[in-house]
Amino acid sequence: MTSPATPLISVTGLARHFAVRRDLLGRPIAVVRAVDGVDFTVRKGETLGIVGESGCGKSTTARLMLKLIEPDAGEIVFDGAEVGGRDLPLKEFRRQAQIVFQDSYASLNPRLTIEASIAFGPQVHGLPARQAVERARALLARVGLEPARFAGRYPHELSGGQRQRVNIARALAFEPRLLVLDEAVSALDKSIEAQVLNLLVDLKEEFGLTYVFISHDLNVVRFMSDRVMVMYLGKVAEIGPADAVFATPRHPYAGALLRSMPSMDPDNRTEEAPISGDPPSPINPPPGCRFHTRCSLAEPVCAQRAPVLGGGDHGVACLMHEAGSGHSRAVGAAA
Amino acid sequence: MSVLTSARPQVVAIEASEGYWRSVLRRFLKDKVAVAAAIVVLAIVLAALFAHWIAPMDPYAGRTFRRLRPIGTEGFPLGTDELGRDMLSRLIVGARMSLLMGVTPVLIAFGIGSVLGIAAGFIGGWFNTAVMRTVDVFYAFPSVLLAVALSGALGAGLGNAMLSLTIVFIPPIVRVAEAVTTQVRARDYVEAARASGASALTIVRVHVLGNVLGPIFVYATSLISVSMILASGLSFLGLGVRPPEPEWGLMLNTLRTAIYVQPWVAALPGLCIFVTSIAFNMFSDGLRSAMDVKA
Repeated sequence: MTSPATPLISVTGLARHFAVRRDLLGRPIAVVRAVDGVDFTVRKGETLGIVGESGCGKSTTARLMLKLIEPDAGEIVFDGAEVGGRDLPLKEFRRQAQIVFQDSYASLNPRLTIEASIAFGPQVHGLPARQAVERARALLARVGLEPARFAGRYPHELSGGQRQRVNIARALAFEPRLLVLDEAVSALDKSIEAQVLNLLVDLKEEFGLTYVFISHDLNVVRFMSDRVMVMYLGKVAEIGPADAVFATPRHPYAGALLRSMPSMDPDNRTEEAPISGDPPSPINPPPGCRFHTRCSLAEPVCAQRAPVLGGGDHGVACLMHEAGSGHSRAVGAAA
Repeated sequence: MSVLTSARPQVVAIEASEGYWRSVLRRFLKDKVAVAAAIVVLAIVLAALFAHWIAPMDPYAGRTFRRLRPIGTEGFPLGTDELGRDMLSRLIVGARMSLLMGVTPVLIAFGIGSVLGIAAGFIGGWFNTAVMRTVDVFYAFPSVLLAVALSGALGAGLGNAMLSLTIVFIPPIVRVAEAVTTQVRARDYVEAARASGASALTIVRVHVLGNVLGPIFVYATSLISVSMILASGLSFLGLGVRPPEPEWGLMLNTLRTAIYVQPWVAALPGLCIFVTSIAFNMFSDGLRSAMDVKA
């Protein structure tokens, strides 16, 4: 094992374009730039929250970083070793990095008992069937489902919250180090969601896990995350410590997104819609900064020059934070 | 992983959940029409299996002086055919050939078609395109025409008739298998299985087969009736079973000249084909709704 300072997973230049239409020879005519050059790292033991509107590439990023979709470009390094390289074969990476999906029902094979579903993973990695089943039962107990009652049941006999607990147990059965939670609690009732979130917090502590927590629910992300990454149209807009991002967002999009959170304080009402309309189509993303079509602070330069993610610990991709970018509010601009 | 290693092997009775096939049986038994159809199918199959014990008379023995007797003649409850053979015995013995020609091609096509379709659906990409476009070529011909053309090209005879029927049924089964597999492949549990690092073969065995074979099988069951009708058609054209072997399609053919003399007797083989195919159809229909998990 490498030093604790080595990031658990580090992603550079990750990109994936999907062809939506092809000509007769199979050459793509229109391409969705679902994820277009994304860099980030996840530190050992932390929770990185990923937020953004629907279609901004959150889920694609998760699947790319787990190599469930083959990236067009980019490098994924897991604990200092290149994924799929000599030191970390893909199969071993799969054991160490697991995912829980949003749809708890679709995530479980309807023909297998939940015990068999959980035991499948460890068996793939060579654990004898008997021990795999023992592990499955122990984990069922750990996620709050009494094995004697639940082990032999089928997915359709469980409630949504119970099924998502099963999915968490299924992922934990691999004894992973990284767990990606792709909208894992978004489909649950609020009360059940809170229980599952608390369970996730406890499990993280107990098993020494690292989470990548994807959600569109900002309150939940704030509760869960140590650091937050804000995505817009396949790119990272801002990434930094959760407290800093939520207190002083640096990217206009992050600011607008946070202002869209309903406030509990009657003196602090949201009077105007902070952001309106749908994001532009990722098929032909706007040139320059992708947010300039909806940004209240956009200037002509924003349509010409693409910002670069910079700014150290609390990084932002905005021309206003790039010295000498030509934006009138740019840091150090000759006003 | 303290929790995992410290957990003692628990020797607790696991509450047994109703297994999948038991729940299918329970739902099937609730469906009166399907149960009735199943009884009819079972009766026909049993009659075919024990035909020579059940048949009251020799189905091959004819007498010129008792030709084309009507239904209800003493000793010949369903009358006699154009050569004076007992219709009841011939219909019972004929069930063997008709069922054989209805079931065998479908079974073989189910085996070959499932493998091709599941592989095409799971592998996807160019392999899928290659398989599915090849299958489409067969769709250019109406199935009756294809069966007749293949049978004609291969030459008359029972084996060739069944072979041509098998070829006719592979394309539709491939299509259904491919469609179901493509659907299942996109499910999150298959994605989760891929994320587990399991090999493609393991994923297909554990997660795909159990979820696709059912629907494909039900579809194949519905083809049995089509197969029987096509087989009868081939025999009718002289491309399948040869006289004097009793087979419903062939009997329909030879009796058609007697349609004005004894219309009811002449219609009997057709009635048998009709009842059998309807029974198979309703049976497979009931099976399909019983296999729907969410019901």
